[in-house]
Amino acid sequence: MKKDDLAYWRATVRLLSIMLFVWFSVAIVLSIILAPILNSIKLGGYPLGFWLAQQGSMFIFIALIFIYVYMIGKIDRKFDVHEE
Amino acid sequence: MSLQLTTYIIVGLSFLLYLLIAVWSRAKSTKDYYVAGGEVGPVTNGMATAAGWMSAASFISMAGMVANMGFGGSVYLMGWTGGYVLLALLLAPYLRKFGKYTVPHFFRDRYYSKTAAIVAVLCLLTASITYIIGQMTGVGIAFSRFIGVSSEVGIYIGMAIVFAYAVFGGQKGITYTQVAQYIVMTTAFLLPAIFISIQLTGNPVPHLGLGARLTGTDVTMLDRLNQVVTDLGFKEYTTAVAGSTLNMVLFTLSLMIGTAGLPHVIMRFFTVSSVKAARISAGWTLFFIAILYTTAPAVGAMAKYNLHRTVTPGTEQNISVFEPEAHLEGAKRPDWMKRWEKTGLLTWDDKNQDGRIQYYNDKSNDAAFVKNTEAAGWAGNELSVNADIIVLANPEIAMLPAWIIALVAAGGLAAALSTAAGLLIAISSSISHDLIKGMILPSQSEKSELVVSKISMAVSIIIAGWLGLHPPGFAAQTVALAFGIAASSLFPALMMGIFNKKMNKQGAIAGMLCGLGITLFYVFAHKGILFIKGTEFTHLFGGDNFFLGIAPEAIGSVGAIVNFIVAWFVNRFTPEPPEFIQVLVEGVRLPRGATKLRGH
Repeated sequence: MKKDDLAYWRATVRLLSIMLFVWFSVAIVLSIILAPILNSIKLGGYPLGFWLAQQGSMFIFIALIFIYVYMIGKIDRKFDVHEE
Repeated sequence: MSLQLTTYIIVGLSFLLYLLIAVWSRAKSTKDYYVAGGEVGPVTNGMATAAGWMSAASFISMAGMVANMGFGGSVYLMGWTGGYVLLALLLAPYLRKFGKYTVPHFFRDRYYSKTAAIVAVLCLLTASITYIIGQMTGVGIAFSRFIGVSSEVGIYIGMAIVFAYAVFGGQKGITYTQVAQYIVMTTAFLLPAIFISIQLTGNPVPHLGLGARLTGTDVTMLDRLNQVVTDLGFKEYTTAVAGSTLNMVLFTLSLMIGTAGLPHVIMRFFTVSSVKAARISAGWTLFFIAILYTTAPAVGAMAKYNLHRTVTPGTEQNISVFEPEAHLEGAKRPDWMKRWEKTGLLTWDDKNQDGRIQYYNDKSNDAAFVKNTEAAGWAGNELSVNADIIVLANPEIAMLPAWIIALVAAGGLAAALSTAAGLLIAISSSISHDLIKGMILPSQSEKSELVVSKISMAVSIIIAGWLGLHPPGFAAQTVALAFGIAASSLFPALMMGIFNKKMNKQGAIAGMLCGLGITLFYVFAHKGILFIKGTEFTHLFGGDNFFLGIAPEAIGSVGAIVNFIVAWFVNRFTPEPPEFIQVLVEGVRLPRGATKLRGH
């Protein structure tokens, strides 16, 4: 692998790790494991843990994908590997 | 106009639309046939993928399961959406860069092995065929309940429609038909939800309605629902855990990883024009899925509340549930209950012969509650409501107009047909491209491959229809198997193929077989060997859910972990993959130079 390509791949993997960390924290840690604690906080008529598990997590998943597309696009151009 | 006639007209119009699209978009080449010419835009592809993904189970069953499970139902909501994050980040762009048509083709090239491809084909066929049985029976149920024809005739009509646009249109015809089906099913899901949300809370947005106060009171919808269900001995709605926290975690992860590994979903990302389009298309897919999925919790909770206050009107009038008049008199039960009783999906059995319907949790662990039920002369729960009817009966429970009920029927059919078509193209392309062209007749021309593919599609439709007509007793349970297989075998091997360029064929094959073995073992222990009744063997290991108390549906994530570990271990002690494979993987990682999709 060329040196630049290796650097590109490292940057990609770093971005992926951050995004997947957020993904796991929201879906598994906040929405399931910590939900009983978060439920004491109210979001309108929703207990927060319940809202995260049944609504919020899905909105965050969508946001994660679009943020990733934007960020990886920047990395692609920085390393000049984007599609023409 | 009668409900029956309205239903004929609305369902008939939707079918006419699908057929017109099929004629307009018929495939002229293998390229059109497999990947819709590689020219489908990300938003269109996203919408079509969403329709293909949301099956009869998503449309009909999911909101009902959420209603039954409360907070525990979140495993389905998050499990069936969170997988798209994995797909968008880890698989879709790289598989698109790889530039082949089918999932087994990736295995054959990346793991330089026909054995790996055969294992992938077998996993794909098992997962897809088990999945399609449910779609065909779903078509049958929707037809028999709403159109009034027998479920057999319904399945024949469904087969004919799918045949028309899948065989002649291929992926291109399917893609554009699925766009239409997405619009039909989402409208059919949202409209009743909006009406019911207005009825209960005055808020037209169901997502906000679920968190709002009930009209004319200062009590929130969820607080009221919690009150009603706990009064009747059920677990509190917003906190009820499915099994244990560990079970919920593994269950959610299994569905997520399984979603990202299901071949008929992955295949859709081969059809977009570029690597960038593959990434963003997964985002659009999730966006369109979430429109329906984020509405489902409101549909489930509101239907549950409406059902309870219909059957136990005392909860509305502050009468203790232990007073006789708190419960609905059987003779006065609404017509929709009688209609559903005919299908056997809803039954009332007046166990204590008091002429009233006691609908409560007769398995409660609360000693005080149990004592009160005995004092009140209750003899067990008298009403059983199948989760599947929550969505279908919802507009009737809320007394909405006939055209909305008809639209829900069209929506359920759209959900089942769109998924069936996507599965059929995954099955037939795998047979014609990976088995026949890849292994038996490699010298086949493009033209004859197209013919072979259409024949295998036609044969697949007949087999799927036959299985729908003679559903094996295990149809409902096989969903666990489809996701388990995808999670424990396909996803890890695909991911390692991209992220570990030194992963060799021995590691990948051993990992897949071990992951799959563990999953099959655990599922068969609970559901019977090959789902044959009486061959369950959980008693040998100390009863159901013997491994850490997790359900068989949650084992896929354990299988995936086993797959990764075994693959890593075997890979260390076997020769590195050849140099050209490592170069291939390096190339897949860079977006630039993605090939235009070719006819080979």
